[in-house]
Amino acid sequence: MLVIKCPFCGERDQTEFTCHGEAHIARPENPDELTDEQWGDYIFFRQNIKGYQYERWSHDHGCGRWFNALRNSVTDQFVDTYKIGEEKPAIPSDEGK
Amino acid sequence: MNKYSVFSLVRNAMSYHENWQKAWRSPDPKKEYDVVIVGGGAHGLATAYYLAKECGITNVAILEKGWLGGGNTGRNTTIVRSNYLWDESSAIYEHAMKLWENLSQDLNYNVMFSQRGLLHLAHNVHDMQEIGRRGHAIHLNGIDSEFLTPEQVKEIEPTINLDCRYPVLGALLQRRGGSARHDAVAWGYARAADDMGVDIIQNCEVTGFDIQDGVVKGVETSRGHIGAKKVGVVTAGHSSVMANMAGFRMPLESFPLQAMVSEPLKPVINTVIMSGAVHVYLSQSDKGELVVGAGSDNFVSYSQRGSFDMMDHIVGPLKELFPFTSRLRMMRQWGGIVDVTVDRSPIITKTPVENMFFNCGWGTGGFKATPGSGNVFAHSIANGELHPIAAPFTMNRFNTGALIDEGAAAAVAH
Repeated sequence: MLVIKCPFCGERDQTEFTCHGEAHIARPENPDELTDEQWGDYIFFRQNIKGYQYERWSHDHGCGRWFNALRNSVTDQFVDTYKIGEEKPAIPSDEGK
Repeated sequence: MNKYSVFSLVRNAMSYHENWQKAWRSPDPKKEYDVVIVGGGAHGLATAYYLAKECGITNVAILEKGWLGGGNTGRNTTIVRSNYLWDESSAIYEHAMKLWENLSQDLNYNVMFSQRGLLHLAHNVHDMQEIGRRGHAIHLNGIDSEFLTPEQVKEIEPTINLDCRYPVLGALLQRRGGSARHDAVAWGYARAADDMGVDIIQNCEVTGFDIQDGVVKGVETSRGHIGAKKVGVVTAGHSSVMANMAGFRMPLESFPLQAMVSEPLKPVINTVIMSGAVHVYLSQSDKGELVVGAGSDNFVSYSQRGSFDMMDHIVGPLKELFPFTSRLRMMRQWGGIVDVTVDRSPIITKTPVENMFFNCGWGTGGFKATPGSGNVFAHSIANGELHPIAAPFTMNRFNTGALIDEGAAAAVAH
């Protein structure tokens, strides 16, 4: 079972959290000017990275707030979690591991 | 290829079964192929088989990173059914079902296809409405399904606990549904494809694509460059990784889906049983093990493990529906990486790269579609245009909005 650090509540059990997919995807500011291709790309297409990925999570069965995380999708290791709006942490280099 | 039969069995018994021909060759890769299939799972092997058999293209290679059928082909719960809601889904899954029904004869390999019947349980008013709607839709598409009362369910499965926390109110039965032996499917397709000249190359990882002016010319692999006039990518959970290599994105997310088997029992479960509401599905293998599965993890992962809490979600409903399992020991547990689309329907598509085709997005339910998926994908690659059954499943639907929304319709077990 994973232990996830909520930036507001501290370390809690994985079952309290929900993942909401890739983070830092900005909603287009001009939706009525977008083509079907651009709109579909924004809504459905994802990088689905094998390795380090920035994600949105929410602490549903806790404070209920949303936050971002940097996680390795191969090992499931959380590198860091951070509040929405904070600068994203750098992807660690895997040398020496 | 030596044909398998009772006579070959007797003949080989004379030499203590030491002279059986190898089921397939292990050739070195040629410089170039007409078609290169990336991924040696059952869908990829089926694609190569139908390319050779029905499209006359035998200069084909299958490149597999590990070993044949070592990914999701060897990690699923081997359920076969075609009771889907929408016409597009009915067409492709029923196409597969019809191929399943003759597959052992077609391949001269016993895939142990067993049409033992498949029960989809309903536990609440919504479930009853859902199986009603879907059952009638299935009838309209000429596919078999029957509505059962709880008493009829009990007759088929005497060990079920109808009066559990969420009582069983009815069920939808597809008598032609059932199960097949997953390894045999991979091996049968491999042997038959190899016999027609297809090169099966294992331990050969694709590390990149050779793309010139938007046209694919070959693949870079751990065993060097291999030229290809056309490339078909059938890599399930790793489809996004392949697409990222080729320079585009897919509408997919990859999640671990886990399953487990119990210690062997005498025959006790007669059908395949699925329940969306309490969320478990199970069947009994010919070895006697109960094969049990449930939901996937809800975060992207390539770990091939699955979360501990999901195990709890599997055994809880199992024990509730079948109280006799309460002291049953689980022998093995594993996870496979499934590539899930938002509409829970697969993607069979051309891509932004010319002559490159993708067959992916089968999510949590690809095994049942294996023959149909390989068949229509082979025709799509050979003709350069999507087969009519495959056409609605193009990736383009995520831009046009013509989604095939089986997420709610098929409920849980795909």
